[in-house]
Amino acid sequence: MATAKFKVWRGDTDSSGFVDYETDVSEGMVVLDAVHQIQAEQANDLAVRWNCKAGKCGSCSAEVNGHPKLMCMTRLDDLPLDKPVTIEPMRAFPLVKDLVTDVSWNYQVKKKIKKFSPRPPDFEDGTWEMQQEDIDRVQEFRKCIECFLCQDVCHVLRDHHLHDNFVGPRHYVYTASLEMHPLDTEDRLGDLKETDGIGYCNITKCCTKVCPEHITITDNAIIPLKERVVDQFYDPLKKLFRIFKPKE
Amino acid sequence: MTELTLIKRKFGETSRSDTWWIQPLVVFCGLSAFIVYTTWAAFQGEHYHHGPYLSPFYAPEIFGNSEHSWFGAKPAWWPSWAPFSPAFLILWAPAGFRLTCYYYRGAYYKAFWADPPSCAVGEPRKGYRGESSFPLILQNVHRFFLYFALVFVLLLAFDVWKAMWFDDGNGGKTFGIGLGTLILAINVFLLSGYTLGCHSLRHLVGGFLDRLSGAPIRRTAYNCVSCLNSQHMRWAWMSLCSVACSDIYIRLSSMMDWTDPRILF
Repeated sequence: MATAKFKVWRGDTDSSGFVDYETDVSEGMVVLDAVHQIQAEQANDLAVRWNCKAGKCGSCSAEVNGHPKLMCMTRLDDLPLDKPVTIEPMRAFPLVKDLVTDVSWNYQVKKKIKKFSPRPPDFEDGTWEMQQEDIDRVQEFRKCIECFLCQDVCHVLRDHHLHDNFVGPRHYVYTASLEMHPLDTEDRLGDLKETDGIGYCNITKCCTKVCPEHITITDNAIIPLKERVVDQFYDPLKKLFRIFKPKE
Repeated sequence: MTELTLIKRKFGETSRSDTWWIQPLVVFCGLSAFIVYTTWAAFQGEHYHHGPYLSPFYAPEIFGNSEHSWFGAKPAWWPSWAPFSPAFLILWAPAGFRLTCYYYRGAYYKAFWADPPSCAVGEPRKGYRGESSFPLILQNVHRFFLYFALVFVLLLAFDVWKAMWFDDGNGGKTFGIGLGTLILAINVFLLSGYTLGCHSLRHLVGGFLDRLSGAPIRRTAYNCVSCLNSQHMRWAWMSLCSVACSDIYIRLSSMMDWTDPRILF
């Protein structure tokens, strides 16, 4: 059986750094398997968050060889094992211990986004009529598993730490799923511009690249939202059009 | 809000072991080469036309000395101390369209400003305002450059039509297709793919609506633009190369006074 070397981030906010491990690896193993093996055989106190091992719960987010990834979906076959594999916690959130970070900031931010506000029901039984093609666009955004890898890789959070001014790609996807919903009547464009800081996004597309659900975050969520903000606040022709448009 | 204690990373600091620097380097070299060549070509003010062919860097020729000029030679109001080239009057439109393009923005922020140098790689600067304040808030004018770009594509398509009419030697014109015609036609095709796949156009034709099912024409337009938009980066680079190649071909044809391969009907 082959062995592979790993450099695993250990420690907490007071003191932390890489610790070297070597463990057996076999065909079909993923990074999370190796971490569990190290935990079982060499480091019983190694902290790692995980749950489904199927890429659907979004718990085991980490940075493998510097790339934000789900550990359960990163096969060792796909990594160069001639060099040590580095495994680090996400860098955009505060470290709790070892590979575990405190992602609670995301939940606080999500609570502040205006909730789904549907128009009055179309029928007396309290239901609505919608076309599938109108729902298809927002369906993509509902694939999000809240792994927060997009938040982790976004340089506005990761490098500039603008957590108070910028909600990050995950929450733009969430906002887009509400804002573009055919039944929704709420207006979130003012918040997007002012408090959610969509202007801070400079379209590097890193969020799209790391999304394990392959959501086209930048092209289908962020840029369309930016364009709606332009409609509302930066386009004088649209403003004129709104002034002279007959009221419905 | 949670108090976040995070560590600031140094410029270039990363655990990535792959060659993350290649892509921004290629973008830097590609865009730099194009900017240098375009600036040089724009300042030449000559060899931008040959027979029925007109370089896309100079099209439309509003004022100029060639037979393609709309309003004759250099205007009298042009300052005598300032250098003149027909390209100066029009290049701002396609340049502004590309400069404010969502794809190019993401690419040159990485390649020229290292903001960030690449995904998950440390940055050189501490401060960051993004596109939320001056000057980068001006990127929001992209849709206005789009309007100009759409007109330019139509004008360039008309130039392809004009590039099919060659002098017959008796003062008349004869219809034909030359290598230059094909190059200009391919250029218009690639520019159309790039312009019609623009993110702003995608929004304007239907993306702004939450319900497209009740607007079949908008829905079809939105789907077509979305299809082109999914490959926007490729269209952007291919059209950038084709514009430069078209100018190079016409410039060389003019300088060497070639008669290029052509089929006359």
